[in-house]
Amino acid sequence: MSSHTPEKLAYMANQIARNLAEQADPAAAVASHIRTFWNPAMIAALARAGATGLEPAAEQALRSLAPDAG
Amino acid sequence: MGYEPQADLGTPAAIGAATVTLAIDGRSITVPPGTSVMRAAALAGGSIPRLCATDSLEAFGSCRLCLVEIDGMRGTPASCTTPVAEGMAVHTQTPRLQTLRRGVMELYISDHPLDCLTCSANGDCELQEQAAAVGLRDVRYGFDGASHLGQPVDGSNPYFDFDPSKCIACSRCVRACDEVQGTLALTIQGRGFASKVSAGLASDDFLGSECVSCGACVQACPTATLQEKSVKEIGKPERSVVTTCAYCGVGCTFRAEMRGEQLVRMVPWKDGKANHGHSCVKGRFAWGYAQHQDRVLSPMIRESIDQPWREVSWEEALAHTAAELKRIAARYGRMALGGITSSRCTNEETFLVQKLVRAGFHNNNVDTCARVCHSPTGYGLKTTFGTSAGTQDFDSVEQADVILVIGANPTDGHPVFASRMKRRLRQGAKLIVIDPRRIDLVRSPHNAATHHLPLRPGTNVAVLTAMAHVIVTEGLADQAFIRERCDADEYAHWADFVSETRHSPEFLAPVTGVDPAELRAAARLYATGGNGAIYYGLGVTEHSQGSSTVMAIANLAMATGNIGRPGVGVNPLRGQNNVQGACDMGSFPHELSGYRHVSDAGVRALFEGEWGVAIDPEPGLRIPNMLDAATDGTFKAIYIQGEDILQSDPDTRHVAAGLAAMECVIVHDLFLNETANYAHVFLPGSTFLEKNGTFTNAERRIQLVRKVMEPLNGYEDWQVTQELARAMGLDWNYAHPREIMDEIARLTPTFAGVSHARLEAEGSLQWPVNDAAPHGTPVMHIDGFVRGKGKFVVTEYVPTDERTGPRFPLLLTTGRILSQYNVGAQTRRTANVVWHEEDRLEIHPADAENRGISSGDWVKLASRSGETTLRALVTDRVAPGVVYTTFHHPETQANVVTTDYSDWATNCPEYKVTAVQVAPSNGPSAWQQDYDALSHRARRITREPAE
Repeated sequence: MSSHTPEKLAYMANQIARNLAEQADPAAAVASHIRTFWNPAMIAALARAGATGLEPAAEQALRSLAPDAG
Repeated sequence: MGYEPQADLGTPAAIGAATVTLAIDGRSITVPPGTSVMRAAALAGGSIPRLCATDSLEAFGSCRLCLVEIDGMRGTPASCTTPVAEGMAVHTQTPRLQTLRRGVMELYISDHPLDCLTCSANGDCELQEQAAAVGLRDVRYGFDGASHLGQPVDGSNPYFDFDPSKCIACSRCVRACDEVQGTLALTIQGRGFASKVSAGLASDDFLGSECVSCGACVQACPTATLQEKSVKEIGKPERSVVTTCAYCGVGCTFRAEMRGEQLVRMVPWKDGKANHGHSCVKGRFAWGYAQHQDRVLSPMIRESIDQPWREVSWEEALAHTAAELKRIAARYGRMALGGITSSRCTNEETFLVQKLVRAGFHNNNVDTCARVCHSPTGYGLKTTFGTSAGTQDFDSVEQADVILVIGANPTDGHPVFASRMKRRLRQGAKLIVIDPRRIDLVRSPHNAATHHLPLRPGTNVAVLTAMAHVIVTEGLADQAFIRERCDADEYAHWADFVSETRHSPEFLAPVTGVDPAELRAAARLYATGGNGAIYYGLGVTEHSQGSSTVMAIANLAMATGNIGRPGVGVNPLRGQNNVQGACDMGSFPHELSGYRHVSDAGVRALFEGEWGVAIDPEPGLRIPNMLDAATDGTFKAIYIQGEDILQSDPDTRHVAAGLAAMECVIVHDLFLNETANYAHVFLPGSTFLEKNGTFTNAERRIQLVRKVMEPLNGYEDWQVTQELARAMGLDWNYAHPREIMDEIARLTPTFAGVSHARLEAEGSLQWPVNDAAPHGTPVMHIDGFVRGKGKFVVTEYVPTDERTGPRFPLLLTTGRILSQYNVGAQTRRTANVVWHEEDRLEIHPADAENRGISSGDWVKLASRSGETTLRALVTDRVAPGVVYTTFHHPETQANVVTTDYSDWATNCPEYKVTAVQVAPSNGPSAWQQDYDALSHRARRITREPAE
């Protein structure tokens, strides 16, 4: 069982990053995908948890989506 | 309208322009070459007597009743097998013909029980009708000699009887099974006088044979030999209404044949453009759930889920529900509310639910059951082609030369389309099957796959990339198509990617488990075998790389030029009747109708102008996100129309926890389904027989659903949603679903030309329907892709995180079976349970033997998520290391075992890959026991004592 934990959101972001790794600009692709499909509350929750555990492209994407992310 | 059977022109239509002119009884008619004299006569307004001919089957020429005389031609040729010729002069009624026909008919009748007055086919019997037509007044032969009378009736099939005493051995049933259904279960056993229709071996009855109960034989039978039990029980229909089936995404249309308010039978409509007069066991026969005693017809509420239900009036139920929703919004904020639309409901109903969420709840927290099936199709095809839909109509398969089926089991999931596919295969098209299981298509009578790639579950992307590797590196790509139709830079990048050695079939074989030589041969066949058409299902989408797989399929089609004309394309086989429509109607949390993102201010302005409210510009929560938010305490109320997420969605414990954490769960359904165990409000739903509206099938075909009988619960579903909206203060005043469709058309460019009036006039329309395509679009992307240039997307294979290991060494994949549908809420309440009374676990003999398991044994199926028990079926249909089950029965709760891993792009659950262990078991799991107790408690209903 899982809930909307930061760990699950980080897992989702990393999964997106791994699947967009071959894009010309992976971080931009991840950010665009998350902006298109995620509710802002999910982005905010991930941002509150910080970038720990995020893959590089997901981390960069998070910083572009939520510049104040920890 | 009064009851009339559909017109039967005797033999199938010939394709082509009408260029041959002939005279029939002095009347001139012009028809296409290849038309039979019998059909031409019918088109000219005449009717030549016949028994073995019907226009759904090729001419057979056996009954000798349809004889005619033709000037300049010797003898009396059979009109069914004689093609028309220019200048031909045909005489259908002469003294000579009359004598011949009476003689033939006399012989038929001499071996037929003369019980017309008490026969269930009285008044609807072709033998009776034709005896009258030929003027038979007397039968000279008595019944003293040998006859076929008095034979026992085979009543083994739950839906129809076989009475051989009434059989005239016309072979229509056998030919229907062969030509229409393609199962070849029936035969004529014996010769001469001993000839008789037989299902399978002489020792078989219909139920025990290979008959799939599609009913084609019943429909073809000219007498009462094969007839619905319902006709025997109720009587001859007196009127009919054409409507659309509410089972799978094929979208068959039927004549619902009625007597009063009672449905007598469903007869496939020959003019239906999706099914052309065919059906399956579900659509034709499994409609008994509509009157099942389990239907709940009164609204019910309760304060908490541990209390019994209390029946209340509609007024009280709707006022209570609206008050609860307002309370929760006031206390927790507007984002604490959401809704789920249903792929089983109409476009109009679905549109209203998402409108209620957006205009009434003031957020975009709306999702649909497509989340758990074809959401990756929407993402993948929109990304590559620009449209979230399949590219072809079903008729397209008749021009396919190579059919590639991946992750789909059409003979079980989409049986009517499978029959058409099998017919094309019998005509010579080649078949490639990519599936972990040896599905029936791989080898069945008169059909065999040229290549079966039994891949390891979870490796679709690797297999498709390996096929692309072969096509590109062997120079098989269609460079002209790519240059003209696709983005050149993206193709070059993709071609470089797939050409890498690490994507070769040989390199990937240890991952995929597929023989590299077989894979190479399959890739070559698809690329060079003529028109290549890909059909896929949930075995593609329900993976952690579901969206990538859809895009990999699109890549293959573009690379080989198999897009933009009949016979080719990318064709998602939709699971439920209105999956396509539910997606079209703006059911996703990021899109308004027509797949337009909520962040588009121009689109929002359109809706805001029509609805008079502001639309949230941010995406809402998907179903799994809603459940996550519920367990976090931020999501508190949900309106679920026609969807049973507790049984259908993955990781049942998580779904249960999410629902249990909410303060107001509203279930709007036919039955107290499993989700209703956690509900606070139950709003009775109406069946497809009780409502008006439209469904959109897998080929984007919009078809009318017509009310056949009044709703037993008093309201069509759209009316209930409207009343709930009004209780919340919204000023909705739709008088009929046609007004909702008019609003959809005003707001949705692809539906701009759709209206109920046009659907009435044209039968059906395939979107887009607009100024550019006023009569719809059977085949898409003909001159260019909707997005402009076709987009090749690099699809890196990323293995699922669900891994086998010592504790869970087997891979579970799930699916469906022919006789059952989805969570079984409908089909379990019909006689279809005779074919599938429980979910079983298919396990390979080697894996079974290692565990001491035999067929029929109870086994425990355990994963990292949970465990359940069910009985085993030992079979080599599954590969070693793979087990398979269905999810039709709540007692099994197969989704207790599935995980919450999901597609990276859409969160579509990974139903198809779960690491499991299987062991002998003595009884139900702790979860099953607990759930059984909960289920009984949760379904208690308190009724006020009568005054």
